[in-house]
Amino acid sequence: MNGFSFWTIWLRNARVWKKNILATLIGNLGQPLLFLLAMGYGLGRDMAPVAGLTYLQYIAPGLVASAVMYSAALETTYGSYTRLTVQKTYEAILMTPLGVVDLVLGEIVWGASKGMLAGVIMLLALPLFGVMPSPWVVALLPMLFLSGMFFSAFGLIMTALAKNYDFFNYFTSLVITPLFLFSGIFFPVQSMAPPVRGVLEMLPLTPIVSLARILCYGRFGEPVLMKIIGSLLATGCAVWLAGYLLRRRLIQ
Amino acid sequence: MIQTISQQKISDASGSQPVVSVTGLTKRFGERLVVDNISFAIQRGQCVGFLGPNGAGKTTCINMLLGLVQKSAGEIRIFDLEAPRNHREIKARIGVVPQADSLDPDLSVEENLRTYAGYFQIPRRLARQRIEELLHFFALHNRRDEIIEHLSGGQRRRLLLARALLNEPELLILDEPTIGLDPQARHLIWERLAILQAQGTTMLLTSHYLDEVSRLSQQVLILDHGQVVLQGEPRQLITDMVGLEVFEVDGTAAELDALAVSFRQCNATQERVGDKLYVYAREDCSRLVKVLGNAGSWVRRPANLEDLFIQLTGRSLRET
Repeated sequence: MNGFSFWTIWLRNARVWKKNILATLIGNLGQPLLFLLAMGYGLGRDMAPVAGLTYLQYIAPGLVASAVMYSAALETTYGSYTRLTVQKTYEAILMTPLGVVDLVLGEIVWGASKGMLAGVIMLLALPLFGVMPSPWVVALLPMLFLSGMFFSAFGLIMTALAKNYDFFNYFTSLVITPLFLFSGIFFPVQSMAPPVRGVLEMLPLTPIVSLARILCYGRFGEPVLMKIIGSLLATGCAVWLAGYLLRRRLIQ
Repeated sequence: MIQTISQQKISDASGSQPVVSVTGLTKRFGERLVVDNISFAIQRGQCVGFLGPNGAGKTTCINMLLGLVQKSAGEIRIFDLEAPRNHREIKARIGVVPQADSLDPDLSVEENLRTYAGYFQIPRRLARQRIEELLHFFALHNRRDEIIEHLSGGQRRRLLLARALLNEPELLILDEPTIGLDPQARHLIWERLAILQAQGTTMLLTSHYLDEVSRLSQQVLILDHGQVVLQGEPRQLITDMVGLEVFEVDGTAAELDALAVSFRQCNATQERVGDKLYVYAREDCSRLVKVLGNAGSWVRRPANLEDLFIQLTGRSLRET
């Protein structure tokens, strides 16, 4: 046994995912692409440039980050909860040499991989909308994976607390949708009044959206390091909490 | 007593430690005492049957062996390793057939096995070879590409068994292995389990089907209210506690009263349940068969594990 045995759980999920590949891709990418079309192309044509970018250019990197968030968070809520309850996959896995730590890492890394895939497909689609990313965009990929880890862990925390599927309505309505709207994808957080700005900058998606915009166009106006360190710390805490809560739920 | 003596013999003969040895195992869920100071041992090559009404603590006990439930007190040693500290190593050598179907419904029969072999980190080539053998052993080779949803209950159970054997376990834990199956399917599973037993696999079996337990187990452990009520060899326990044979007689109250008096001439215990009389004979009561001619209908049969079970745990329903 080694520290990478969680990989076998990742492989299990990939094996199932391959069977429904089209449905999950459309489910994860439909929304951000439609937003890009409606807001960027539709609304954005008549709007003044924001921070030196057309509105379509302005929102495109943030929508890439949001695709990662949706894909990762939905995988470890609805997907993981199904494996936990209906399919009893976790029970089956815990009867093998694998333990809760493997399970948590396997699920989170899997959710992050799905998130990252959604982000990469979004990036590849940007040229269709006339948005040409800079070479710096390669440096965005690990950040997207990190963000995927965070939102997978966040979803898994919800799964560990959920009593039924309806519980996830709170998560999507009260967490994911507000993050989508207020993390600086659609308007610059910096232009808000200081207390509001302070709150919005603390949201977990905000630094990723800024980083996405910075790296997508290679325009380094703001400090980058703090955003990366903050995201790393938040992800570490979320992964730990997901492990703690899932262990409490699985091992009585 | 019987238990201790026969265990002594076996361990002397093989000179080895028991596969499982549990002392003073206890589990509390809050105030509720679910497993209360249980001790037992399973010797290599033996099949031990766990019996008990619903809520007796059987599944909790198994889950503690597997580390899925934390023990409140007591000691568990499996393969002479302390549990739960060495769980990774212990579970690598155990196979489990869980009570609830936990197959991957989206995957095919073969993919289910390949995935599970992955959890045990069985090298790919070896896994492929074992999967092939197990598919044949459990008569599933024609269904290898079938999605789980399309399998019958019996096929699913066989696949769960095949999955539990992928790592060639030294200890096989079977929690209600034939629950809800038709007789054909149950017999096929029993036949395969008998082959595994002959090959020396150690087993721990829980079941509500007492014929299943009598068929497979050399030792039984009867649990009730979280405690071990009785343990030993099933045949010996039945003879000691119930008797040799049982007469079940139907009749009116007056008829049964008269019969009850006649049967006092024989060394037997009696029980009245509704309009039925049970006589548990401790000696040959053939001479009394003639008095049964007057009764409505009656059967005479050997005493079995079910009689013992009812005697120990009562006739009232246990619903949890």
